[in-house]
Amino acid sequence: MRRLLPSAAAVAACVLVVSACGGGGGAPAAPPAQVSDPSKVSGEVTWWDTTRPDSEGPTFQALIKEFEAKYPQVKVKYVNVPSDQAQNQFQTAAQAGTGAPDVIRSEVAWTSQFASLGYLQPLDGSRAVDQAEDFLPGPLSSTKYDGKTYAVPQVTDTLALIYNKRLLKEAGHEEPPRTIAELKQTALDVKAKTDAEGLALNVDAYFLLPFMYGEGGDLLDVTSKKIVVNSPANVKAMETVVDLMSSGAAPKPAITDSYANAMTALKEGKVAMIYNGPWALSEIYQGKEFQDKANLGIAPVPAGSVKAAAPTGGWNLAIYAGSKNIPAAYEFVRFMTTAEAQAKIAKEISLLPTRTSAYSNPDVQGNADVAVFKPIMDTAVPRPWIPEGGQLFQPLLEGYQGLVNGKLTPAPMLQKVEEDYRAIMKDWS
Amino acid sequence: MAVSTGKATAAGGPARGRSDRRGRRRERPGPLRRSLGTHWYAWAMVAPVIAVMLVLIGWPLARGVYLSLTDATEANIGRTIGVNVIPATYEFVGLENYVRILTSAVFWDKLVWTVIWTVVCVALHYGIGLGLAVMLNRRMRFRSVYRVLLILPWAVPAFVAAFIWRYLYNSDYGVINGFLKLAGLDGVGWLDDPTTAKIAVIAVNVWLGVPFMMVALLGGLQSIPADLYEAAEVDGASAWQRFRAITLPGLRQVSTTVVLLGTIWTFNMFPIIFLVTRGGPGSETEILVTYAFREAFTGIRDYSGSAAWGVIILVMLVVLAVGYRRTLRNQGDPW
Repeated sequence: MRRLLPSAAAVAACVLVVSACGGGGGAPAAPPAQVSDPSKVSGEVTWWDTTRPDSEGPTFQALIKEFEAKYPQVKVKYVNVPSDQAQNQFQTAAQAGTGAPDVIRSEVAWTSQFASLGYLQPLDGSRAVDQAEDFLPGPLSSTKYDGKTYAVPQVTDTLALIYNKRLLKEAGHEEPPRTIAELKQTALDVKAKTDAEGLALNVDAYFLLPFMYGEGGDLLDVTSKKIVVNSPANVKAMETVVDLMSSGAAPKPAITDSYANAMTALKEGKVAMIYNGPWALSEIYQGKEFQDKANLGIAPVPAGSVKAAAPTGGWNLAIYAGSKNIPAAYEFVRFMTTAEAQAKIAKEISLLPTRTSAYSNPDVQGNADVAVFKPIMDTAVPRPWIPEGGQLFQPLLEGYQGLVNGKLTPAPMLQKVEEDYRAIMKDWS
Repeated sequence: MAVSTGKATAAGGPARGRSDRRGRRRERPGPLRRSLGTHWYAWAMVAPVIAVMLVLIGWPLARGVYLSLTDATEANIGRTIGVNVIPATYEFVGLENYVRILTSAVFWDKLVWTVIWTVVCVALHYGIGLGLAVMLNRRMRFRSVYRVLLILPWAVPAFVAAFIWRYLYNSDYGVINGFLKLAGLDGVGWLDDPTTAKIAVIAVNVWLGVPFMMVALLGGLQSIPADLYEAAEVDGASAWQRFRAITLPGLRQVSTTVVLLGTIWTFNMFPIIFLVTRGGPGSETEILVTYAFREAFTGIRDYSGSAAWGVIILVMLVVLAVGYRRTLRNQGDPW
């Protein structure tokens, strides 16, 4: 019934609009590309959203209502697809030619892959992109493939150190750790002086990147097309991770359901620190330790011996090339990526805007989480936006799991990862 | 009907009597024609089924085999989507995919584990299922209640079972480790170590598969005439002798069928592995089908490679089934 009401309202609105325009009558429908008045665009836009339906979804659904009020002839069909399944489902549907949505919320790393397979509508010069120069360069770079634009940045994110202020204080630390050495010491102090553990590691390839960047390492060197994962810097980074586990600073993490276990441990005050991104904040605030939001601390990821840096993540909005409602989809993407829409998202669920101008909005400035994350974003490292990007994580994940259960040591692990990369990127050196 | 078509197929082989056809036919129709004349209704009734089978099974199978001989991937298979036109550029590459798979270490690793997984699972399915069936075949109170309870796991969809078990196994918050900790023991990272993860997935699959075996064998048990047991008892046969001489031979028909079915199902038991461990840790619990799926559905999909995996798995199962039947027939089984 809840779904029916808005659609009934939309139908009623359509009827009103049509009867109001009735007097003019007889004007031939303009070709979709040259719609003079965007509010006259009509159609049904199916949108695959990948946010968490309970904590983040309602904000986006409220935005959709605003959109439908502004564009009364467009109906938006909201479909929530779990973020770990959306990529696969979209590929299947797009390839089959049926069931693909008009608009998909595409992770930054998927965009170039979808584009290379011909699934996305090129957006250069379309109404979907408004003031491209306003977008932050990192997220914007993820929307390009082969010199063309295939998506519009919706939200951006990166990893940070998220911690429980009370536990750190009990352990005698007012300030969050700034370096890996401090991180280890702080974690050990928490373990010694409180009944909680220090750091919960999430056994996921993406969460290894801050350690690698921190030592000056990386997975690939895109400009010279080289696979650089098996570098001394990365070996050192992996040794750091192993040391955190073997020293007891981080309890041996679960491999299966690692992310969920780390989050639960933080929410229940069983662990003091985790690495995670802004997308996790609305879920963390549901935990009993953070009923008082002030107890949650957010700091840049601790620095390795070279620098402190975490990967650029985030989500873009892209349009399926086979969509029957491209003009309406353009308007929808445009609307969802305005500075106002981004400010609303930032205000309510702390997801970071991709527009420079949005950061001067009082709603955004008023959000403490965003204020903390903004400077962290400025040092975030864009990943290689290549179609194969999505395949780079599985070998790294298997290696990480080997490190955790003690079957592998850093050097052989990276050697194995390198071999797997060579099979994926055949023409790289 | 089945019998008549069987005859027709057997008779419709090489056309005989090439010379003087017309003359002979007028006197005595050839075997094919005669069979068609007599059994035309059977052919007419079977024809739609054959047509549907060809469309539903034959075509995808032929297409799969063809794809496995090319280098088709998601990127080069060719399509037109809206303004994007991508020409088909895949080529016929012969047996290259098969050579690549069969010469890779990973294939043999996965094959060994798949065989262990299948043999252990089916042995436990059969053994436990038989034990429960024998128990439930006796007269006892609440027998039907026990039967319903024991069938329950079978009624639970595999993916639900997988998620429940995954939660039970959780190393920090799982029920199993909860009990271990209550007993003062250390928790075990059930799904995090290759050995315990393998035990864990086998346990889930056994839990899921036993009810089917139990029901099938119970049906078999009930078809064994009770007077055989009475006669054996009169002759002074012990319980074990009765079990070996009457129960096992009496179950033979059912057993051979369910063991073959169980083997094929377990060999291809995708959801348990995929949902409980995702093939992890590393790719230690990955069986052939889940590995093939991962090959096919991560990143840019490799249609030709996954088709080759599929054909290899199919061929292995066909060889297994044919060999199994032949062995049984040599032992005098009418199946």
